[in-house]
Amino acid sequence: MQIHKKKMRLSAVLLVLALGATACGGNGTDSDDSSAEGPSGGTFSYTITNPENPLVPGNTSESEGTQVIQALFTGLVTYDVETSKLEMEGVAESVESEDSTLWTVKLKEGWTFHDGTPVDAESFVNAWNYTALSTNAQGGSSFFSNIEGYDDLQAETDDNDVVTKPPSAEEMSGLEVVDPQTFTVKLTAPFTQFPLTLGYNPFYPLPKAFFADPEAFGKKPIGNGPFQAEEEFRQDVGFTMTRFDDYAGDKAKADAVDIKVIPDVNTAYIEVQAGNLDILDTVPPEVIATAPAEFGDRFIERSSSTFTYMGFPTYDPRYDDKKVRQAFSMAIDRAAITKAIFNDTRDPAFSAISPVVDGSRPDACEYCKYDPAAAKALLAETDFDTSQPIDLWFNAGAGHDAWVTAVGNQLRENLGVTYVLKGDLTFSQYLKEVGRQKKFTGPFRLGWGMDYPSPQNYLEPLYTESALPPGSNTAFYVNPAFDAKVQEGNEAEDNDDAIELYQEAEDILLEDMPIMPMFFGKLQSVHSEKVSNVAFDAFGRADLANVTVNQ
Amino acid sequence: MGRYIARRLLLTIPVLLGSTFLIFAMVYALPGDPIAALAGDRPLAPGVVAELKDRYNLNDPLLVQYGKYLGALLQGDLGTDFAGRSVSETVAERLPVTVKLALVAVGFEALIGLIAGVLAGIRKDSFFDNLVLVTTIAVVSVPVFVLGFVAQITLALRLNLFPISGIGEGLYSYLLPGFVLGSLSLAVVARLTRTSLVENLRNDYVRTARAKGLPPRTVLAKHALRNSLIPVVTFLGADLGALLSGAIVTEGIFNIPGLGRTVFQAVQSGEGAVVVGVVTLFIFFYIVFNLVIDIAYAALDPRIRYE
Repeated sequence: MQIHKKKMRLSAVLLVLALGATACGGNGTDSDDSSAEGPSGGTFSYTITNPENPLVPGNTSESEGTQVIQALFTGLVTYDVETSKLEMEGVAESVESEDSTLWTVKLKEGWTFHDGTPVDAESFVNAWNYTALSTNAQGGSSFFSNIEGYDDLQAETDDNDVVTKPPSAEEMSGLEVVDPQTFTVKLTAPFTQFPLTLGYNPFYPLPKAFFADPEAFGKKPIGNGPFQAEEEFRQDVGFTMTRFDDYAGDKAKADAVDIKVIPDVNTAYIEVQAGNLDILDTVPPEVIATAPAEFGDRFIERSSSTFTYMGFPTYDPRYDDKKVRQAFSMAIDRAAITKAIFNDTRDPAFSAISPVVDGSRPDACEYCKYDPAAAKALLAETDFDTSQPIDLWFNAGAGHDAWVTAVGNQLRENLGVTYVLKGDLTFSQYLKEVGRQKKFTGPFRLGWGMDYPSPQNYLEPLYTESALPPGSNTAFYVNPAFDAKVQEGNEAEDNDDAIELYQEAEDILLEDMPIMPMFFGKLQSVHSEKVSNVAFDAFGRADLANVTVNQ
Repeated sequence: MGRYIARRLLLTIPVLLGSTFLIFAMVYALPGDPIAALAGDRPLAPGVVAELKDRYNLNDPLLVQYGKYLGALLQGDLGTDFAGRSVSETVAERLPVTVKLALVAVGFEALIGLIAGVLAGIRKDSFFDNLVLVTTIAVVSVPVFVLGFVAQITLALRLNLFPISGIGEGLYSYLLPGFVLGSLSLAVVARLTRTSLVENLRNDYVRTARAKGLPPRTVLAKHALRNSLIPVVTFLGADLGALLSGAIVTEGIFNIPGLGRTVFQAVQSGEGAVVVGVVTLFIFFYIVFNLVIDIAYAALDPRIRYE
């Protein structure tokens, strides 16, 4: 998932002053658990910034559009809001396979789209084929790459991104509609975690109305979720969603949600203070110290799936010894940085798999423990030249300056090596023109947010050989033993075995240390007195359907 | 006069052509690959990247891209942004918002700025004159985002006099942002009026008018002030042109969905069609307002005539 939160952060030192900065601790979670059954009625407002794309699930991967898509659509499976565990509260009755390759999906009866048409096997298969086909230019296309026949739906391209051969098919051979309530999915390789991936946006169904007019659909989607679009979505303004009374799952509690687009997070925060806005999923860094005291239990904090790490250019002779990389990692006091730089709005990372997914171990990373003496000793064993400065890379304008500087200072202090900050490239230059061209000359910052709650999602797309650029394996890490362990995990008999195998893969990764884990994200949110039962999942999405309006 | 206007309007054609090309070339020269930026952490499938590049002609050389853009433009098609939204629709949605905000701002400038300037000018060195001097210095030196937040927190949040943000309450919602946006220029207008008036009041023709026994009010209004307004009108006209090209900071603070923010985001994401379309519109505004100012000179100063 793409972490692209574009809230403009205008400097607001002043705001802090005006609010009377009384720094207080306090860690509130929403304690009101009286989740009454049935609709509570009422209308509340929720804010997002502008979605980057039209509201089509297969083309929405960024956080803002996802918030709306989540309320308008329900996928085959769902995840528990608190624990991210797989739940069968979605459209699928069952997702089963004998060999983890050929999967049979059975749908529940009675699900309809907002226009009354049934949610059937075709609405999934057609949607998946549409999203996968490269000429439709949908961002979610690559999520179908493990389905048989996907390659036939992809145009062949040369190095300059020019099409050399158009797609040879429009439907994946691995998808087959058996009857209106059943379809089968044939994967190219066994993958036990497949059902777990199905709750992500690109796997949502699309009604016939979409294919008739995709453009109109993108403004006013017709989904199958607990809320329906009442009007066209307007950029920089928003729209109203109302409860879908024929929803086959647990119906939404409130009558309607006003989605308000407020790109400036400080403005949105003031609107919540004034009671004009009910839920805000971000708290401006300038007021993070005062918000818990001001909002009490209306301030919510939870861990999110985002993961920040620093990769090493393993192709650079200077960093090709894993002892060098281990020494760097041990020389960094992550907890000190999260406290001093982030005000504890992030957690230090001691594993490569986020704590929000099953199978994460709090101390998986041996070399992430802060031990400056051991770090220095380990570095001395290598032929690393400490007289040369190290380059620390990050992308510009995204607030990374402070913590990367702190990392540099710790390396200087603990390893006796000076550093140079390389932080003036935009994200696209940084990734495409430097990262993918093997031009990083030192540790570089990267981030990740999960697509589905599986440890596999924190390993395979990031460090395997198949993920080499243009994939996300920018460290150019290749270790067949690691790849094999991940694959074994993918083919494991059951989830417990899979988790064990993924953990073994993680151990290999953290021993080789092509990347050093830095932080895991947290989400802070505030809401008005008008609403209760506000909860966020690990993806950072508000559970809008369960929000109740206090009458 | 008619021929003069026609000639000036004809001149806009080469200006617009040249400027669209310049802007187009500048967006083209922006570093980074806009499609890669679109994708974020998880890269897009190669076939999807190629499709997007083909749709937006990103693989063509600059001149071919510009030719295609211009060809579509001549048919009235401003193109689409990377999300497939039509640029003309975006402009149509946001232009009225920007125009309202700019007019409110200029309204404040003209009204308060002129009154303060005239009062300060006719009572030179009085307490009021000094008060205007001090206030305007203060306003000019405060950055607009500070002013914006202070106004928002005190007047809107604490005193509840205005809506905090958004445009949900019609013209009323534009008052506070308009005032903040216009405050800087308001100070300039006040000082410009004052200086110009003080200078003109010392002129011979004003002394003559006084000597003829004209009432002071007539001397001020018909002789001194009218002349003094020339630099002020020039400034107000140019400022209106500038305000119409959006106000990124004020629009951000007060959540006004205007053109400034659109073009700001489009530059960031390298969306050529949006940037060129909207900025060309801005240039057109400038040209028109400059023309209007020039014509207004003739009305203010009988010595100026256009042929």
